[in-house]
Amino acid sequence: MHIPDGFLNGRTAAAAGALSLAGLAVALRRTRNLPPKRVPLMGLAAAFVFAAQMLNFPIGGGTSGHLIGGVLCAVLLGPSAAALVISCVLIVQCFVFADGGVLALGANIFNMALVSSVGGYLIFRSVYRLLPGSRGRLVAVAIASWLSTVLAAVVCAGQLALSHTVPWPVAVTAMAGVHAFIGVGEAVITVLVIHAIEQVRPDLIDPSAPSPMERRGFELIGFGLVIAIGLAVFVSPFASSAPDGLDHVAQSLGFRDHEAAARVIASPLPDYRLPGISSAAIGTALAGAAGTLMVFGVGWTLARVLRSRQTDLNVDLAASVNGAGPTGRDSADA
Amino acid sequence: MHTHFLDTYSHLDSPIHRVGAATKTILSIAVIVTLVVSPPSWIGYAAAGIGLLILATASQIPAMFLLKRLIMLEPFVLGAASLALFQPHGVPRFAQIATRSTLCLFTLVILANTTPFSELLHVLRRARMPALMITTLALMYRYLFVLKEESARMRNARASRTFTTTNRHAWRSMTTVIAQLFIRAAGRADRVYAAMCARGWK
Repeated sequence: MHIPDGFLNGRTAAAAGALSLAGLAVALRRTRNLPPKRVPLMGLAAAFVFAAQMLNFPIGGGTSGHLIGGVLCAVLLGPSAAALVISCVLIVQCFVFADGGVLALGANIFNMALVSSVGGYLIFRSVYRLLPGSRGRLVAVAIASWLSTVLAAVVCAGQLALSHTVPWPVAVTAMAGVHAFIGVGEAVITVLVIHAIEQVRPDLIDPSAPSPMERRGFELIGFGLVIAIGLAVFVSPFASSAPDGLDHVAQSLGFRDHEAAARVIASPLPDYRLPGISSAAIGTALAGAAGTLMVFGVGWTLARVLRSRQTDLNVDLAASVNGAGPTGRDSADA
Repeated sequence: MHTHFLDTYSHLDSPIHRVGAATKTILSIAVIVTLVVSPPSWIGYAAAGIGLLILATASQIPAMFLLKRLIMLEPFVLGAASLALFQPHGVPRFAQIATRSTLCLFTLVILANTTPFSELLHVLRRARMPALMITTLALMYRYLFVLKEESARMRNARASRTFTTTNRHAWRSMTTVIAQLFIRAAGRADRVYAAMCARGWK
């Protein structure tokens, strides 16, 4: 999903750059009180994400995919540290390996560090609150990984369409279609990795994270605002039935001229036709809901398999520690 | 295992390498901005291409290496550009975008391979990038190759213990490698922190 240079026009690149600067400012503000001990971990985690992205998974048919790591990083380190870590990965990929453009760096940071990683974390937190417990956590990780990957792809498609590079229907079909599959792989890998770390070093999974029962949602409001503005700028023009989404956003942001801007401000909803909106929006919402349900199924099955195997393992371990078989355990209990 | 090949040529001694990192970075960004913002013109693209070829020759980086880097990255450019075919006048639009993007990519490849990353970090520090990000970037670059080789060692160890694997087992063992990689990275971070404290870091 690394956008190379030459695909975004100046205006889109500037808007994405401003939004990612705002997002990084929020992240830096929230990491002001980061314990000094966790500073080296951020550097090592960035190197880890980079190395993990180089490991290829066989998909079948000779093709392979790799982890993107946004949600993984956010669950392990917390959203603010993850946003900074993923941004650093993108900066090194851009300047050392020429992977992803310099002008497109803002857009890439917005899509992958903010939408995919922090946005994924917000989804993770909401689902985890609904489904507490260790099985619920794995399901939440699966849903967050898939949904945030698809969401980032849709935002990316919006940026390409806003730059007049690719028409919106083509961009969104191609990007969301491909990433709906990539996202399933991302969800499975992330769940398996989180589960493996959970078993060996549960203390490594974001020790500062509040438990699902705590309600500390307000502190993430800055991130939520930046991501919501990004969605409004890059995606919403195309979700409406307006003939040219770019003109609409140009007017409403006042890029065009004062007369047009004044008219829009005076009556913001003159061409806001509800039927068009509802059909497009309902279609998108239905597709999203169907995908989320499917990934929920995948995540639930994975969590069941992994968790039940672990309880078996624990019983076996307990049995072997306490002697042979259930009688040994009974005597230990007694 | 030598993963250093990715960054070998940034330490050559050529007229291009001797130019200050800040100057080079600003010039490269200026070239890319010009390419992106100016209206498409084939004469302009040809001129930029010739200029970049002259720079590449002057930088003394082996042509094969540059070509390989470009070929490695080109599929992404062409893949994304091919989406532009699905519109009226798609073919000329595709050609423009692909050419423009390739020229930007070439600029970036030359910049990346003539500027050591540590010098780029100095530029970023002078540009007032926050200290936390500078530290993260510096540590990341330092341990990038270490972790890359560590993961390769783990994969070799796994491969030498198994004859064949099914896809399902490959997935499980790869995720274990990734989990182990993070656990080892966290352990290393603790040791790095102790070493940094011992040297008076605050």
